[in-house]
Amino acid sequence: MVHPVVKLVAQRIALGLLLLIAASVLIFVGTMVLPGDVAQSILGQSATPETLANLREELGLNVPPVTRYLNWAWGVLHGDLGTALTNGKDIAEAMGKRLGNTLFLAFWAAVIAVPLAITLGLISVRYRNRWPDKLISIVTLATISVPEFLLGYISVYFLSVKFRLFPSLATVFDGMTLGERLFAISMPVLVLVLAVLGHMMRMTRAAILNVLESAYIETAELKGLSPFAIIAKHALPNAIAPVVNVVMLNLAYLVVGVVVVEVVFVYPGMGQYLVDHVAKRDVPVVQACGLVFAAIYIGLNILADVISILANPRLRHPK
Amino acid sequence: MTRIPLSALIGLTFTGAYFFCAIFAAWIAPYGMAEAIGDSWEPWSQAHWLGTDSIGRDLLSRMIWGGQTTIFVAAAATVLSFSLGTILGFTAAVRGGWVDQLLSRGVDLMMSIPSLISALVVLSVLPTTLPVLILVMGILDSTRVFRLSRAVAVDITVMDYVEAARLRGEKQGWIILREILPNALSPLVAEMGLRFIFAVLFISTLSFLGLGVQPPMADWGGIVKENKEGIVYGIPAALIPAFAIATLAISVNLVADWILNRTASLKGGRSA
Repeated sequence: MVHPVVKLVAQRIALGLLLLIAASVLIFVGTMVLPGDVAQSILGQSATPETLANLREELGLNVPPVTRYLNWAWGVLHGDLGTALTNGKDIAEAMGKRLGNTLFLAFWAAVIAVPLAITLGLISVRYRNRWPDKLISIVTLATISVPEFLLGYISVYFLSVKFRLFPSLATVFDGMTLGERLFAISMPVLVLVLAVLGHMMRMTRAAILNVLESAYIETAELKGLSPFAIIAKHALPNAIAPVVNVVMLNLAYLVVGVVVVEVVFVYPGMGQYLVDHVAKRDVPVVQACGLVFAAIYIGLNILADVISILANPRLRHPK
Repeated sequence: MTRIPLSALIGLTFTGAYFFCAIFAAWIAPYGMAEAIGDSWEPWSQAHWLGTDSIGRDLLSRMIWGGQTTIFVAAAATVLSFSLGTILGFTAAVRGGWVDQLLSRGVDLMMSIPSLISALVVLSVLPTTLPVLILVMGILDSTRVFRLSRAVAVDITVMDYVEAARLRGEKQGWIILREILPNALSPLVAEMGLRFIFAVLFISTLSFLGLGVQPPMADWGGIVKENKEGIVYGIPAALIPAFAIATLAISVNLVADWILNRTASLKGGRSA
């Protein structure tokens, strides 16, 4: 007899993998939505028939789409993401280091944003409808209402140009010590933190308030327990699952925010790689980047579900 | 019921002002959209209230014309995503069965890829013209509208009056339009405000990345892109759209909050 939790987790992971396969199909189809021909749209109207034919050959457009998808997927499974159209280089190789850079950036943003958001959420629940709650609410509403790239330029304007505290460009290269590297990415990390903090804090606040409004909390209050005991023993265990969910959802969001922030700070990561090659209409690179981003996003969502399954005491003790 | 709270009033005023400027841009803007009239990055003055931009165009005029583009694209995308999302969402809720499964799983799949990434993938092969941008944004965003409208409609379809309409032999179109839509309207209208803001942020981001509205057409994201080099010299021209986007977003949020609260209290509903 398999424990139901194991079964649930296995089901969730299997579903996630299925979703990933479907997403790869979607990404592949997404680059073929054009009614005409991809080669034509890459080269523009002025292309000669010969160059068109060459590009079609190179893209494998003469092969039926299903075969093309299977070839591509087979390659991806073996770590071969194909070669870039623009410079003929191997995509997997070009992407490797950039992916590392992006994850480095996202990691440090998460390390700062997650504890900060949860603390702020707790503070605003503790002082609900009083001035700390209102202040936090107004500030986070402001950060949510401005797109990431503008948050970036606002902080560059004030922190880099006016006060000269941090570098305005996040230049990283080999041979930097960890300290230098962290200083170089201080501004993008700050912007990413600001970008996700608002959502994360608001959702944490809502999740905890939701728990605090349930009947057993009222019972605990009526029993005369201290506020601390109520929060630690009654509210917290039940709030873990929703809060973890909030955190994971926002980490997934962080992965997307990275795309824009990297462009602002000219940081050599995945996001910049993707945006550059969209502009150059380099379809294989775009497909590969899209797949990697989708995989990270889906992975984090699976992780969120698995953690909330594990954190749910009702599932842990089957009858 | 006629009393409008102060926050909503502020929101309505600002939202109205932005839409007014957008609609009547041609009369309000002191200069043409792409008219170069001075040196680059002139400071704020009587003649040019917000100074000039990187190639000497009047920034106030650019902001007003840009607002027109941004608000038009965002509004069109919102209308598209709402029409598509609510029709499909209501259909899924009313029909149930395999139709519901098919649509819901399809939407799950689309939402499994972040919308910015999907948009970038599609825009790598499509030309970046306004209709294409509106179409891409509208379709990607309709997934969220679908989820909301389906959830709301599922609650309503089990009501007695819908059952009564079914037993009367009303057609599906009648049930969706006359029974479900009026009762689902308030959460949808509030959501519309949020989706509109999301669309404004989205088109600004795309334009900033150079993949949205193309120059010489003005739009708020593009203005940032054109003037970003000025920032390192301490010229704040690129920050002006930030102010516009933030105030528009906050005021629409205030209006949406008010609509949601008002209708919740009308129903004697959950929010006390």
